[in-house]
Amino acid sequence: MDAYLLAVGTIVLIYALLAVGLNLQYGETGLINFGHVAFFALGAYTSALLALRGWPLPLTFLAAGAVAALSAIPLGFAALRLRDDYLAIVTLGFSETVRLVLQQEEWLTRGVQGLPGIPGMYTSLAGTPRAWAIFMTLLAVTALAAWAISLLQRSPFGRMLRAIRDNEPAVQALGKNPAGFKIRVFMVGAALAGIAGAFYAHFITFITPEQFIPLVTFYVWMSIILGGIGSVRGALLGSTLLMFFLEGSRFIRDALPGIAEVQMANVRLALIGLALVLFVLYRPQGLFGKRTV
Amino acid sequence: MNVLQVHEACVNFDAFRAVDDVNLSLASGELLGIAGTNGAGKSTLFAAIAGQQDTSAGRIEFQGADVTRKPVHERARLGLARTFQTPREFAHLSVLENLLAAAPNRRHESLLSSWVGRSASQRHELELVRQADEILAFVKLMPVRDQAAGALSGGQKKLLELARVLMLSPKLIMLDEPFAGVNPVLIGEIIEVLRKLHARGIALIVVEHHLQALKSFVQRLIVMDQGRILADGDPHTVLDDPRVQAAYMGGVV
Repeated sequence: MDAYLLAVGTIVLIYALLAVGLNLQYGETGLINFGHVAFFALGAYTSALLALRGWPLPLTFLAAGAVAALSAIPLGFAALRLRDDYLAIVTLGFSETVRLVLQQEEWLTRGVQGLPGIPGMYTSLAGTPRAWAIFMTLLAVTALAAWAISLLQRSPFGRMLRAIRDNEPAVQALGKNPAGFKIRVFMVGAALAGIAGAFYAHFITFITPEQFIPLVTFYVWMSIILGGIGSVRGALLGSTLLMFFLEGSRFIRDALPGIAEVQMANVRLALIGLALVLFVLYRPQGLFGKRTV
Repeated sequence: MNVLQVHEACVNFDAFRAVDDVNLSLASGELLGIAGTNGAGKSTLFAAIAGQQDTSAGRIEFQGADVTRKPVHERARLGLARTFQTPREFAHLSVLENLLAAAPNRRHESLLSSWVGRSASQRHELELVRQADEILAFVKLMPVRDQAAGALSGGQKKLLELARVLMLSPKLIMLDEPFAGVNPVLIGEIIEVLRKLHARGIALIVVEHHLQALKSFVQRLIVMDQGRILADGDPHTVLDDPRVQAAYMGGVV
């Protein structure tokens, strides 16, 4: 049970790191990014491929963040011209493109077969101590990221982000160029997603393009909606709540006799959907949010 | 020196010419009103000067510098500020934060300053708060300083927009229908503020439907019709001009 809880906890933290970045983009700046998983994927593959070539792990993590941040620049430029639903479609398309490229470029990524045998973290340890070491490292990184983002929110830079979210033409008329702010926000969010991807790759040790479907993006969206848009604490607790729904629904089978294993997967998704709908109906501002969705 | 110089400006929307060969110069510190019926081209001219609208031909100079191809934010940085007809407040920011967000602050608004050199940034913030408080007192918005801007009344939002552009220390402020949707008491207050800004030597352009209000405080009035300047001069002469009277609903002003 310890091992199971630690594994779930690790996944919660990976989602929390993703949620902190997305919350900066949407909650603070109003950028609708439906392609968050692309940066998660790029981070995972970057770190995995470099580690498989013998790079030391901390370096591959930094490279994962850097590659993800740089790949956000073209998307940042798209965001300058597009708003709301248009940006949502373009970012979604971007993440599917990234996934398909990872699938097709077999010389680099081995395509659909995926990358097995990715070096794990703390291989000198084993069993529960190793799981704890991974969990604590991830906890420290997530806490650091959350702290850095909350400092950002309280800085003049963060104030400009909220001003852009509220009224972009007014920001321009006041002599400031929203473009630079938006690109930076895309890059910071992408860097965090890239680092989350690196943790994921070295935790699971086997990645395929199929793990980076848009559903992952929407799980992160669910996290920030559950936790409360615009709140760092909300992003952290929202991921926990999401995983509680996702994992908790596994145990429902014991209470629901007469449902086959195959059907259970669909019942689970339906229950998660229902839980989300009820949650948003009765608490539209999320756990810690100030605004409704 | 003229603060603003518009040379033979045209704005075309396909075959339609919304601004037709307009020449306009504004001395520094001048207070100019621009009137005209709906579709006369005043809002398009306004947008062309502020930079939201590209000109099809002609040149726009601000304080002697050609700004015809400069984006909105660069013009604003030079001191050419505008307000909007429908207020564009930062609704979820407090009134004070609206002003702080407007302050020229490139150094401390960088991403890196979120984490590095925070105490210098906070000291600078205090200085900005002092400036902002002075302006809020000037436009009489001190009582709502810490309220969310989205909760203000229509007239208060217009005053907030004016207060916000004052943070830029502008040389020219252009106001787009500052009296639209504002109750008569607040119209009086806005006029009072505009008079004081004029007295400080800031040039003002006020685009307005409301002829009576405009006539009461501007030095110079331009009436536009079909994209052209119909009359330009002191308000009484302009309003007595038969062409102006004809353009305005067949003579009823």
